[in-house]
Amino acid sequence: MTAPLLSVRDLTKTFPTRSGMFSRNKLAVHAVDGVSFDIGQGQTLGVVGESGCGKSTTGRCILRLIEPSGGSVVFDGKDVLALDAKGQQALRRDMQIIFQDPFASLNPRMTVGAIVAEAMTIHGLGADAADRRARVATLLARVGLKPEHMGRYPHEFSGGQRQRIGIARALAVEPKLIVCDEAVSALDVSVQAQVLNLLKDLQDELGLAYMFIAHDLSVVENVSDRIAVMYLGRVVEIADAADLYARPQHPYTEALLSAIPIPEPGRRKTRRKLEGEMPNPITPPGGCHFHTRCPIRKLPLCATERPEMKPCSAGHMVACHLRG
Amino acid sequence: MSTIPLSEPRSRWWHSRAVRRFARHRLALIGVVMITALTLACVAGPWLLPYDQLYIDLRARFAPPMTGQHYLGTDPLGRDIAARLLMAGRTSLLVGVCAMVLSTLLGAFVGVVAGYRGGWVGASLMRMVDAFLAFPSIFLVLALAALLKPSPTMITIIIALTSWMEVARIVEAEVRSLREREFVQAGRMLGLSRSHIMFREILPNAMGPIIVAATLTVARAILLEAYVSFLGYGIQPPLPSWGNMLNGAQQYLASAPWLAIVPGITITMAVTSFNFIGDGLRDALDVRSGPG
Repeated sequence: MTAPLLSVRDLTKTFPTRSGMFSRNKLAVHAVDGVSFDIGQGQTLGVVGESGCGKSTTGRCILRLIEPSGGSVVFDGKDVLALDAKGQQALRRDMQIIFQDPFASLNPRMTVGAIVAEAMTIHGLGADAADRRARVATLLARVGLKPEHMGRYPHEFSGGQRQRIGIARALAVEPKLIVCDEAVSALDVSVQAQVLNLLKDLQDELGLAYMFIAHDLSVVENVSDRIAVMYLGRVVEIADAADLYARPQHPYTEALLSAIPIPEPGRRKTRRKLEGEMPNPITPPGGCHFHTRCPIRKLPLCATERPEMKPCSAGHMVACHLRG
Repeated sequence: MSTIPLSEPRSRWWHSRAVRRFARHRLALIGVVMITALTLACVAGPWLLPYDQLYIDLRARFAPPMTGQHYLGTDPLGRDIAARLLMAGRTSLLVGVCAMVLSTLLGAFVGVVAGYRGGWVGASLMRMVDAFLAFPSIFLVLALAALLKPSPTMITIIIALTSWMEVARIVEAEVRSLREREFVQAGRMLGLSRSHIMFREILPNAMGPIIVAATLTVARAILLEAYVSFLGYGIQPPLPSWGNMLNGAQQYLASAPWLAIVPGITITMAVTSFNFIGDGLRDALDVRSGPG
C-alpha cells in the first residue's frame, strides 16, 4: 500500500481553562486526546461523534487553524506541524476547509466573485484578472451556480447556494484534501443531498480526499470510505464504512447506530439508549472515557485503564477492553 | 447538474434598507438638512453678504441685528457678525471634520489591531486607551494648547488626539466578535496575510459602528474647539471661530447680548444636528436594534 495522503498520529490539543487571573490551579480541557488516523489519496474519512467530542478541533488542528499541543501530522510526506511560514503558505494550497455555517463563512461585504478569486490572487494562480474571472466563472458553473452570480453578495443566496460558494472558494486553490466541517449540517435534508452529491462528483472528478466531520451517522454513511467514531477527544472505533455499519464493535458505536431511524413502518428496532450526559471534558472519567455510560462495562478495569486501539478484523480497530 | 435560480432577486445594494430606516428618522433628517444648510452658508455665504468679515465700520459699532444690511448686527469694532459667523463656521466645521477624520483613522487602526491580535498586544493597546480616557480631556487640550502654538492645524491634531479612544473601543469590541466568524478563518485558511484579514476582510464589516462614532465625534470636536477657543487657547483672532466669537462677547453680555447669542445658537445647532444624524445612523446601520 502506498503512503497515505494524510497521516495523523497521537494528535493532542488541550485548551487551558481560565479560572481567573490570580488562581494557581491550572486546569485544561483535553479537546483532542491522542487521535490517530490515515486518509488515502481520493478517500473520504467520516468523523462522527456528539457535539463537543473534538471532531472540529481535530480538523482544525490538521489545518493548523488551531495549533495542536502534541502529536504529528504528515501530509503528502511533509511534517505539517514543523512547517515554517512559507511552507505553511504552500500547504494552504493543498488543504482547504468547508465550514458548517454558510451564513458566517462568507464575508458579507464581498461579492461572490471576489470571495472565490481572493485565494487565486494570494497564491498567484491565473495569469491576470481576466483569466481569474474566467476561472471563477468555471468554478461557479462547476458547483452549480451561474457565472452571472459573480457580482452578487452572499446575502442574496440561500443556504445551499452559499455552501456551494464555500465549496467553490475551497476548490479555487486546487487542493488535495478538504476538511468538510459539518458542511451539510445546517442545510435542509433535500439540499443536503444535493450538496453531498456535488461533493461526491467533485471527488470523482478531481481525486479529492475529504475529512468529513458530522454528527449524523446516516449522512456520513453515504460519502465515506472509512469512518472514525470519536468520544470525548478520543477515537473509539475506526473501520471501513460498510464494516462499521454491519459489525459495530464499540458499545458507543452501537448506540449511535441504533439511534438512526429506519424509514420502514412496522419495523421495530432494539434501541440502545445511553444513560446520562457526556462527562465534562475538563475532568473526564478515568480509564475508558465511556465507562460512565457504557452498558457493557466491567469494573474496575474499565474505570482505571485506558483501552488502546486494537485491530479486531482487517482494517477495523476498536478501543474497548471487552471487544476486539 | 442544473443550476438553481436565485430565490429572491433583490436590489444589489443592501444599504437601501439602511437608507429607508434612516429616512424614517425625522430628527436625523432635520440634522442633515441643518448641516447641509450650514455648510452651504459657510462656503458660499461670505461672498453673498455685503460686508467683508474684516471690514471695520466704526460708525456702526454694537449695531443690533437687522440694522441696515448688518443682518445679525455688528461687534464692538463694527465688523459684520453675519460675515464673521460664516467665516468662523468654515474654521469650526473644518476643524471638527478634520479632527474626526484623524481620530477615526487612529481609533479604527488601534481598535482593529487590538481586537484582532488580542492577547498581550490587544491588552496593552486597550490599557493605553483606558489611560487616555482617564485624562480629563478638556484639561489635556488646554494644557497642550497652552504649550504648543495654537494654529488651526495644531488644534485639530490636539482634538483628534483626545477623542480617538471612543472609536478604538467600539471597533475593538466589534472586531473581537467578527474575528471568530468563519469567514475570517476561511481567510486564514486561504493564506491571506494578517493585515489583509484585518483591514480588508474585517474592517469593512465594522463600518456601521465606525460611521456612527465618527458622526458623534464631529459634534464633540466642534464643541471641544469652541471650549478651547472660548477660553482663549484655541483659534486666535483675527481668524474667527465660533468659540472665540463667544470669548469676545463676554464683556458685553448685558449691553449687546446678540454677540453671544448668535454664535451660541449656531454651535448648539451644529452639535445637535450632528448628534441627531449619529442617532439616525445608529438606528439605520445597527441591524440588531428595532424592526426593519
